[in-house]
Amino acid sequence: MATKKATKTPSTQSSPVFDYAPAPESRAIVDIKPSYGLFINGEFVDGGGTSFKTISPATEEVLAEIAEADEADIDTAVKAARRAHTRVWGRMPGKERAKYLYRIARIMQERGREIAVLESIDNGKPIKESRDVDVPVAAAHFFYYAGWADKLEYSGYGTRSLGVAAQVIPWNFPLLMLAWKIAPALAAGNTVVLKPAETTPLTALLFAEICQQADLPPGVVNIVTGAGDTGRFLVGHDDVDKVAFTGSTDVGRAIAKAVAGTNKKVTLELGGKAANIVFDDAPIDQAVEGIVNGIFFNQGHVCCAGSRLLVQESIADEVLERLKRRMATLRVGDPLDKNTDVGAINSAEQLARIKELSAIGEEEGAGRWSPPCDLPSTGFWFPPTLFTGVTQAHRIAREEIFGPVLSVLTFRTPAEAVEKANNTPYGLSAGVWTDKGSRILWMANQLRAGVVWANTFNKFDPTSPFGGYKESGYGREGGRHGLEGYLKAEVN
Amino acid sequence: MTTTPTTTASASSAAGNSFSDVTSSESALRRFLHGLPGVDQVGAEARAASLGTRSIKTTAKDYAIDLAIRMVDLTTLEGQDTHGKVRALANKAMRPDPADPTCPQTAAVCVYPDMVAVAKETLGTSGVNVAAVATAFPSGRAALDIKLADTRDAVEAGADEIDMVIDRGAFLSGRYLEVYDEIVAVKEACGPAHLKVIFETGELQTYDNVRRASWLAMMAGGHFIKTSTGKVQPAATLPVTMIMLEAVRDFREATGQMIGVKPAGGIRTSKDAIKYLVMVNEVAGPDWLDPDWFRFGASTLLNDLLMQRTKMTTGRYSGPDYFTLD
Repeated sequence: MATKKATKTPSTQSSPVFDYAPAPESRAIVDIKPSYGLFINGEFVDGGGTSFKTISPATEEVLAEIAEADEADIDTAVKAARRAHTRVWGRMPGKERAKYLYRIARIMQERGREIAVLESIDNGKPIKESRDVDVPVAAAHFFYYAGWADKLEYSGYGTRSLGVAAQVIPWNFPLLMLAWKIAPALAAGNTVVLKPAETTPLTALLFAEICQQADLPPGVVNIVTGAGDTGRFLVGHDDVDKVAFTGSTDVGRAIAKAVAGTNKKVTLELGGKAANIVFDDAPIDQAVEGIVNGIFFNQGHVCCAGSRLLVQESIADEVLERLKRRMATLRVGDPLDKNTDVGAINSAEQLARIKELSAIGEEEGAGRWSPPCDLPSTGFWFPPTLFTGVTQAHRIAREEIFGPVLSVLTFRTPAEAVEKANNTPYGLSAGVWTDKGSRILWMANQLRAGVVWANTFNKFDPTSPFGGYKESGYGREGGRHGLEGYLKAEVN
Repeated sequence: MTTTPTTTASASSAAGNSFSDVTSSESALRRFLHGLPGVDQVGAEARAASLGTRSIKTTAKDYAIDLAIRMVDLTTLEGQDTHGKVRALANKAMRPDPADPTCPQTAAVCVYPDMVAVAKETLGTSGVNVAAVATAFPSGRAALDIKLADTRDAVEAGADEIDMVIDRGAFLSGRYLEVYDEIVAVKEACGPAHLKVIFETGELQTYDNVRRASWLAMMAGGHFIKTSTGKVQPAATLPVTMIMLEAVRDFREATGQMIGVKPAGGIRTSKDAIKYLVMVNEVAGPDWLDPDWFRFGASTLLNDLLMQRTKMTTGRYSGPDYFTLD
């Protein structure tokens, strides 16, 4: 080989780096209208409130003007939903409801690319994520619950629907959270009024079009857009039977107060500060992938994000070194580029919160590190970041940052890992990395978290129930358990 | 390429020194290999699949295709091989696209030992290496002295590179030191020729085995680790290659020495080749994006690369008749 090296042409030595050329997904497939109304009783109507703008967080470009639902609009929507429940949907045989749900699921698959592009534009998440996770998992939820619609007698929760469900969803997985809410509600025979987040209303409005395309009877699904006030009117409306909310713990607490003393059934899926626990016998390379996926997936805008890395002290240095090397290969930028791994932060407000907590982390003495990374000059961006030397006493180990920021803590024994993992007001998810099966089972029994992932992280499946302990909320979504929140227990 | 100029020559001795404790006894070697971090199959396959979704377009694709051509070990390993066939292949390696002089040549041609002289004669000073499969390829089921004689024969005939197979039977029954000693012995028989160590990952089956075999071969002084003979299915796969790329990356971290990786068998399209290059880039790092450190063992791949290359320059796909069949 020595001789071969000598004869090498100079061009080889100065070979350019493998620079991935831009590979943007085309925007041409989506047709964003200049303005959108509310979707009530099967039609788009004007809203009574003050309309607002939704922007692309990657460019700050204004995408569309969105109607705001006022109290009267909410009342109209709830009435439409009530009528649809009483006259059509609530009395329709499950087998027939299933046909609509299957049809919606198929249309979502057929229009998958369009939905994915729109989601990435409005939310800022990378196209590969909306294309490979959000849209297929959302469609899978409709397929899954379509299967339940005529089998409710086997659910163990009865067969009678509640009535009208008021549903409020967050901006981190706009379409997927819509699917988690609407699919089980409709399968169980309820009608819904759903409010998407004010920063990400577009895919919900596209979903309204899909309902029209599927000939869903008017009033079964109503989409009302707006911010906090709209949400308050909706969950506070006297004629809703069920409130389902996914979002922050503060708002969840306010909702629980608002519905206290009423007949409304409530499920809340709130914040988290999940521990991702890596033992010294873990499959290290896959654990590093799991850490990255746990906190940088969806820019860390994930309620079950593995935002606290608990790594066994004996391998902490090695894991950190590998983690940093891996983080340096993350591609931050244009959400529509097919090679982007980390997209834009969803809003200026959220960016400010991430910056604030990161600054506090530094002030409190934690070591801040980010890979070298060029961020676009317009839009909302934050580099993948980790903090070392974090202890339970740091605010960044306790408060939900909801951004691409990882706090690294260490532990010495399994008991200490459990103690630290559980030492949080939250309890949504946890991850355990070890080659030892018995330890996985032991840990899963000890951890007070609704989901415990073993040698993986952030995996979602419609058949698997998801939900929290403690301040992470109550009720489960997904799986058979997900039907409980939408059915009336049989009284004998 | 920071470490390249001297490492290859001194690879075996330095590696031998830093790992002399590990390879001093069967039990020490077993302890070391079984102490390597495990591989989670689901996670590894998911990571490999996600790297496969990278979208390589325009200038990046131009770069990748030319690099892939330069990395090809153009291979014919058939009972029906003749001098004529080998000469045709050698000519193809030197001038893959006769219609386009800017097309780079391949890294090597890969033949059985008895064809080395013919290949060498045809290739002359073109810079295209001759690689020979030796050591009772593909099964490796022969006595050590026969394997060594096979190797020496190929080197004497002018082989620049030797692709040896490990004794999978010994490996699977846990006789690691025997596999190690055999690699060391073949390495010595190679003299100046470069040694590629074939694992036949389709027979080793588990990723843990692939990782252990990788370390075994690197410690024994192999210059390259190679997935497969091409005679057993599955041959090269993305996850297997990824485990090997992780191994060479970690070996450099531990010793400072770079080892090459060669997936072989089953890579037929440019699209597949580009997925491998993305993986090299993101797992081992850009230093490995060079024919000295990464090769494709392939035959039909080359024509697909040429077709894509022509398409990139002309904007049109031309039919298979515009590329030579050998």
